[in-house]
Amino acid sequence: MPTEVGLSTACLDPILGRHGHDASNLLQILRELQDCIGYLPADAITYLADKLAIPRVRIESVASFYSFLNLQPRGEYRVLFSDNITDRMLGSAELMQQMCQQLWAEPGKVSEDGLVSINTTSCTGMCDQGPALLVNGRAITRLTHQRVQEIGQLIRNHTQLDEWPADFFRVEDNIRRSDLMLDNRLAPGEVLRAALALGADKIVEAIKQSALRGRGGAGFPTGLKWESCRNAKGSEHYVVCNADEGEPGTFKDRVLLTRQADLVFDGMTLCALAVGAKQGFLYLRGEYQYLLEPLETVLQRRRDANLLGTNILGQPSFDFDIKIHLGAGAYICGEESALIESLEGKRGVPRNRPPFPVTHGYMQQPTAVDNVETFCQSVLALHMGAEKYRAIGTEKSAGSKLISVSGDCPLPGIYEYPFGVSVREMLQNCGAVNTRAVQVSGPSGVCVAESEFDRKLGFEDLPTAGAFMVFDDSRDMFEVARNFVHFFAHESCGFCTPCRVGTSMLKQTMDKVAAGHGTQYDLREIENLDRVLQTGSHCGLGHTACNPVLHTLKHFRPAYESRLKSLDFEPAFDLDGALARARQMTGRDDAGAHLKPEGA
Amino acid sequence: MTEKKKLRIATTSLAGCFGCHMSFLDIDERLFPLLELVEFDRSPLTDIKHCGPCDIGLVEGGICNAENVHVLREFRKNCKILIAIGACAINGGLPAQRNHLDLRSCLTEVYLTEPGLAHGHIPNDPELPLPLDKVHPLHEVVKIDYFIPGCPPSGDAIWKFLTDLIAGKTPELGFGLIEYD
Repeated sequence: MPTEVGLSTACLDPILGRHGHDASNLLQILRELQDCIGYLPADAITYLADKLAIPRVRIESVASFYSFLNLQPRGEYRVLFSDNITDRMLGSAELMQQMCQQLWAEPGKVSEDGLVSINTTSCTGMCDQGPALLVNGRAITRLTHQRVQEIGQLIRNHTQLDEWPADFFRVEDNIRRSDLMLDNRLAPGEVLRAALALGADKIVEAIKQSALRGRGGAGFPTGLKWESCRNAKGSEHYVVCNADEGEPGTFKDRVLLTRQADLVFDGMTLCALAVGAKQGFLYLRGEYQYLLEPLETVLQRRRDANLLGTNILGQPSFDFDIKIHLGAGAYICGEESALIESLEGKRGVPRNRPPFPVTHGYMQQPTAVDNVETFCQSVLALHMGAEKYRAIGTEKSAGSKLISVSGDCPLPGIYEYPFGVSVREMLQNCGAVNTRAVQVSGPSGVCVAESEFDRKLGFEDLPTAGAFMVFDDSRDMFEVARNFVHFFAHESCGFCTPCRVGTSMLKQTMDKVAAGHGTQYDLREIENLDRVLQTGSHCGLGHTACNPVLHTLKHFRPAYESRLKSLDFEPAFDLDGALARARQMTGRDDAGAHLKPEGA
Repeated sequence: MTEKKKLRIATTSLAGCFGCHMSFLDIDERLFPLLELVEFDRSPLTDIKHCGPCDIGLVEGGICNAENVHVLREFRKNCKILIAIGACAINGGLPAQRNHLDLRSCLTEVYLTEPGLAHGHIPNDPELPLPLDKVHPLHEVVKIDYFIPGCPPSGDAIWKFLTDLIAGKTPELGFGLIEYD
C-alpha cells in the first residue's frame, strides 16, 4: 500500500505537469490536488513548495484563504448546505439537522468513522430551487426530507457520486420572462464576423455610443473601460469574465453560462478584438464546478470552428483563447481586483485602486474585467446598433437586465426585463402576494419596503447586480438582516481591521439582540459601527456590510424593538447562569454564589 | 474666581495583571501635574476599598468571576465616564485563553487531579468569588464609554487620553499611540 507521501506526490506530478509548474496557477493546482485526495496534507504542501520554488508559507496562506480548501482531513463525503436566507426560509437548517442525526455527525466536524463532514456554506446560487447543498463540490437542488434521507443512505453505503440518481444534480434554468438577450438567435461568431469588418476603433466607438453599462452592479460605462484598456500600454492585454456570482440571491450568470455560453464567449472575443488581447479568462465560481465540463466543450467547439485560437475567422494575427479558472468559495473574489489576485494564484485580497485593472490588471498588464451579462449585452448592442439599443430601457440605463427572483413567490427564476421596470410589476409577474419587503441586489444592496414598490430598477434609482429576494408578511426582517450580517462576517477577507473586526462586532451585536439581551444602546452602536465601516474599510464589502441592518432598521424598527430590554444597557449574556457550573462544582448555593440583575 | 474643582478618578484591576497600572505609572513625573488636576478615589494608589461618585473610572482586566462583576457594577454606578483599558478589558485577553476549556475540567485539573493543592477538594468557602464559565470583556457586562487598546497601552497613550478627557476634548490617540498588541 502506498504511503500518504507517495499518494500525494503521485497525484501532484501530473497536476503540476498540466499547469506547467507555474506558481500563478497555484489555486488551480491546490483545487485539483484536493479533488484527488480530499484535503491538502502538510507533506504535499512541502513537496509543492519545493517543485514551484516558492515559500511554503505562501501556499499555506492561499490554502487557508479559500473556504473550499481544507488543510485538515475532511470526510470522504463533504456536504455543505447553502446557508442563504432563501434556503433557510425553505427549511435548510432543519434538513441539515436531520442529516447530522441520520449520519451521527456534528456540524463542522468529521464524523468519527471519517465518512462524512457536514457544514454550511454561503449561498450556492440555487435560490430558485432550494434548499440546496454541495456534496464534494457537486450541487444538489430541491432538498426535501425524503431526498436528504436518500442522500444519507447513499453516503452510508459509500455509493460513488457518479452512481447517485441524476435527478439529484438536475439544475433548472427556470426562465420566466425573456427579452432581447435570452431570445436572441444569433449564430456563434455571427456578430464577430461583422465586428472584424469594423475594426477595433469602431467597435469601441459603437459600444460607447450604445451607452452600455456594466451589469455586475457598479454600472461603469463599458465602452469607456474598453477604450482605456485599449489605450493602456503593456506587453500583453487581457480579457477577464467575472463569473464569480457570489452575491446571495443571484443566479443569472449560471443560467447565461448554461443557455448562452456562445454569446458570453462571443462577447469576450469581441472585447479581445477591441482591446487587443490574446488571452482571456473566465473566473467561474467554485459552486458552479458542474458547468466546467460543458463550458470546456463549448470552448473546444469554438476552437474547432476557428472562433478561438489563431487567425480567428481568417483574420491574420487575430489570436485569442480563453482559459477557465475555478474559484474556491470566496465571495470577495467577485471584486475585480481581488478576482485578479485570485487568478494569479494568490489570496483574494482587493488591491489598492487606483491603479485600476484597465491599466494594471492581471500580471500588472492592462485588463478588461466585465460581468458575464455585460459581455452578452455588448454583442447585442453591437448587433442592434447604438440607436436601437439605446431605445430599450431608460435614459441612463440602456438595454435589458436579468433578474434572479427567489424567496416568497410561486414563480421564482430568471426574468429578463428592459431597465425601468418597477418592483411592483416584478412582484405581480412572479405571483408574490402579501409582500413585506424585497431585497434588491443582495445583502449589499437595498431593502425595499412596500411604500417604495413603485421604485424602478436602473442606475437612476435602484441599481442591481440581479438579485431580487422576496419576503412576505410571515417573515421576520430582523432575522433576514441577521443572516446577511453573518454572511458578511464570514466573507470578510480579513485584510483590513475595520472590516475584519467591524463585521464580527456587528454580528455579535445582532446575536445579542436576537438572544434578548439588546437595548437601544446597541442599536445606536450599530450606527456607530456603520460609520467606522463606511469610512475605514478597504473595499466595498466593508462599506456595505451595515446596509442590511440600517435598511431594515429604517423600515422595520419594531422587529428590533420588540426584542429589546427596556433598559439602557444589558449584559450580553446571562450572568447568574454563567456561575451555574461553578455552583455545581463547589456545591455552593449561598447569596454570594449568585449574581442578581442590577437593581433587583 | 473660585479654584476649578478637581476631577475624581478611580482605577481598578479585575482579571488583569496590573500591567496597565504599571504603564499608567510610566507617565513618571507627569503624575505631579496630573495631581494638580485630579484626585484619586478607589485605586491601588490610595488603597480606598470602595469608590464614591467619580468623574472618570479606569478599569483594567476582563471579567472572570462574580466579584469582578460586583466591582465593575460599582464603578459603572459611580463613574460618569468609564474606560476599559488594555487588551484584557477590551477582549478578555490572556485570561480568556481558558474560554475554550470547560470550567469543570479546569477546576478538576487544578484541584482534584494535580497533587498537593487544597487537600483534594474544590474550594467552596463563601468568601471566595465563584468563577464564571467564561471570561468576558467589560462591555459585555456594563456600558463602556471609551476603550484604550494595547497590552499594555503606553504611558504616553494613557497620558494623552486622560489629558484630552480632562481638557474636555474627545480623546484621540492617533498614529503611534494606538497599539493592538
